[in-house]
Amino acid sequence: MNDKVKDINKDDGKLVMAHMYVAFISLFIGGLMGVLQTMVRSGTFTLPFGIGYYQILTVHGVILALVLTTFFIVGFQFALMSKTVGMSDQQRESAWFGYWIMLFGTITTAITILVGKANVLYTFYAPLKAYPTFYIGLALVVIGSWIACFTNFRQLALWKKHHPGEKSPLLAYMVVINMLLWFIATLGLAATVLIQFIPWSLGMVDTINVLVSRTLFWYFGHPLVYFWLLPAYMAWYAIIPKIIGGKIFSDSLARLAFVLFLMFSIPVGFHHQLTEPGIDPLWKFIQVVLTFMVIIPSLLTAFSMFATFELAGRSKGYTSLFGWFKALPWKDVRFFAPMAGMITFIPAGTGGIINASHQMNQVIHNTIWVTGHFHLTVGTTVILTFFGISYWLIPSLTGRRLTKKVNTLGMIQTFVWMIGMFIMSGSMHIAGLLGAPRRSSYSEYGGSEQATEWIGYQISQAIGGSILFIGIILMVYIFFYMVFAAPKGYTEFPMAEVSENAEPTPKFLENWKLWIGITIALILFAYTVPFIDMLHHSPPGSPGFEDLIR
Amino acid sequence: MHLHKYERIWLIFGISSLVLFLVVLGVGAFYKGTQPPSHLATVDPTKVEEHEAFREENLGLRKVGENDYIVSVIASAFNYNFGKDDEGNTIRKIEIPVGSNVLFQATTTDVIHGFQLAGTNVNMMVEPGYINSLKTTFKKTGTYTLICNEYCGTGHHLMAFEVEVIDNE
Repeated sequence: MNDKVKDINKDDGKLVMAHMYVAFISLFIGGLMGVLQTMVRSGTFTLPFGIGYYQILTVHGVILALVLTTFFIVGFQFALMSKTVGMSDQQRESAWFGYWIMLFGTITTAITILVGKANVLYTFYAPLKAYPTFYIGLALVVIGSWIACFTNFRQLALWKKHHPGEKSPLLAYMVVINMLLWFIATLGLAATVLIQFIPWSLGMVDTINVLVSRTLFWYFGHPLVYFWLLPAYMAWYAIIPKIIGGKIFSDSLARLAFVLFLMFSIPVGFHHQLTEPGIDPLWKFIQVVLTFMVIIPSLLTAFSMFATFELAGRSKGYTSLFGWFKALPWKDVRFFAPMAGMITFIPAGTGGIINASHQMNQVIHNTIWVTGHFHLTVGTTVILTFFGISYWLIPSLTGRRLTKKVNTLGMIQTFVWMIGMFIMSGSMHIAGLLGAPRRSSYSEYGGSEQATEWIGYQISQAIGGSILFIGIILMVYIFFYMVFAAPKGYTEFPMAEVSENAEPTPKFLENWKLWIGITIALILFAYTVPFIDMLHHSPPGSPGFEDLIR
Repeated sequence: MHLHKYERIWLIFGISSLVLFLVVLGVGAFYKGTQPPSHLATVDPTKVEEHEAFREENLGLRKVGENDYIVSVIASAFNYNFGKDDEGNTIRKIEIPVGSNVLFQATTTDVIHGFQLAGTNVNMMVEPGYINSLKTTFKKTGTYTLICNEYCGTGHHLMAFEVEVIDNE
């Protein structure tokens, strides 16, 4: 019993772990920056050594929204592919190659931010101008992730070649959808960084088209959040049923939800640009309608989840209307953490619908309400699911056991997170409705009465933020404990089976040409006319402003 | 594809709610005319003051009708320029009578700025090369703080202005 038993191919395990180290170290650094920000904004703390508020804000955004997420997701997806369709030596080599490129890009960007030459926040809106290595590093992260995309595509293609006529494994199908989504979305980011930002920051061209750069950024920026969410959905659909002793409610509904996400999460970027000039409000409204379409697969998911829970409970003999609720393994952190995330998605999604509601966006645009919103979505729903995944993924990769002690610590971690987030995100939402801006250092705005009202909420944000940071320390400790210190043994890599009562999966769900075709058609529909308008009615370009960020 | 009966009910309920929301937004936007700020006019960001609306004498609060006002503002890091008063002093505060209709129009000479009158629905992006505008009617008296809510550099959080909505004399 004292031997390491890994529930995955040993070499694939190493590859996945390499991604996980970057993810959890990023979690610690990013979290530290986050708690420092809330302290500064409470008005009781000043950063030492001349470190700027906007510098740590840039680190926080880049390292959590881009580095932590991308490394965790790419690593997790390689684990899923290894378990479902396998990985050849050649594919593993290309995966490592992508990993090193992403890591090199991350370090390049990180150094630029640390020396204070890139205080442009993670959205890097032109014409604020960072030092060129900031953009070059980001481009490398994207290019590295593309290598991961094509490795995953190749893995499934090869499996299909060896299994003619069989439907692809559900998790592999989901990974490929998410990587397709990522690839199509990052084309926009790559276009603005490679064609606009890099030549402009190097001084090869004098000016930049600001609205075009923002539009390309947000063409990428919204599918980005679905790239974060879909791996959480993979765990909800195909892993949690196994943990609770149930089956997948419906294979075809799970696939349908993912196809809908692919189609509708991209042509919606204008809902981040609702209050800006230069875009016809008709096109904004069209993208608002498309944004609402992307709510449908989440409704599907909510139904599937609760159907799975109920069926699992009833199969264990619970018969009353809500009795099955008690059958859920509330004391198993592998279930409890993602479940806490799932429940949080109800208010989080509701807030999202408000944000995307055309003219209603004016009420909250760029207020700290928005920050409160995405700390519920990505900062709770997604991250708690990722933590929930880690409790079994890490020990199954390292050949150790998920002990009772880790389970208890994980339960505490989840509670700490929920309490901290309730306080922080709650006060962000309220302060936002009162008008408090996001992305701003501590300010009394010349003694304004309104600003005085916001400061109380900023103090509660610091309290919530500090509780969250305790949660981060706990999680990072749990991670390293599971890697190096937990007792050796075996932990299962849980993957659920489809319920025997589920209908067979129709073939058209694997018609990749059809889904990619519709996705591209929707993107062209939503963007062609407004984009041509933008180019046609462009004002003179903007020179760069690099002195404003020093 | 087969859908469970309860799932069909759930989806019909969910999708109908979404359609209802969209109809409300659409009626507001296209019938009532409440669109988000989306002005299409452009301007050379390096020659803003040559534009009619942003000439020195046209900046700040201007009365254009019985109950109608235009407020023209040039945003730049880290300041809102409302022009100068009759004595040549920089204007630090404007007063608008309650109940008046106000058109805010703004542009920037450098980077992107926000234009948010905290506690109201006046909230728009100000981007180089574009003039953005927004119409509103002030129904309540009070002091409102105009703040920049889009990061514009090291002094971003100091960028503010005071707008007072006053009782009609």
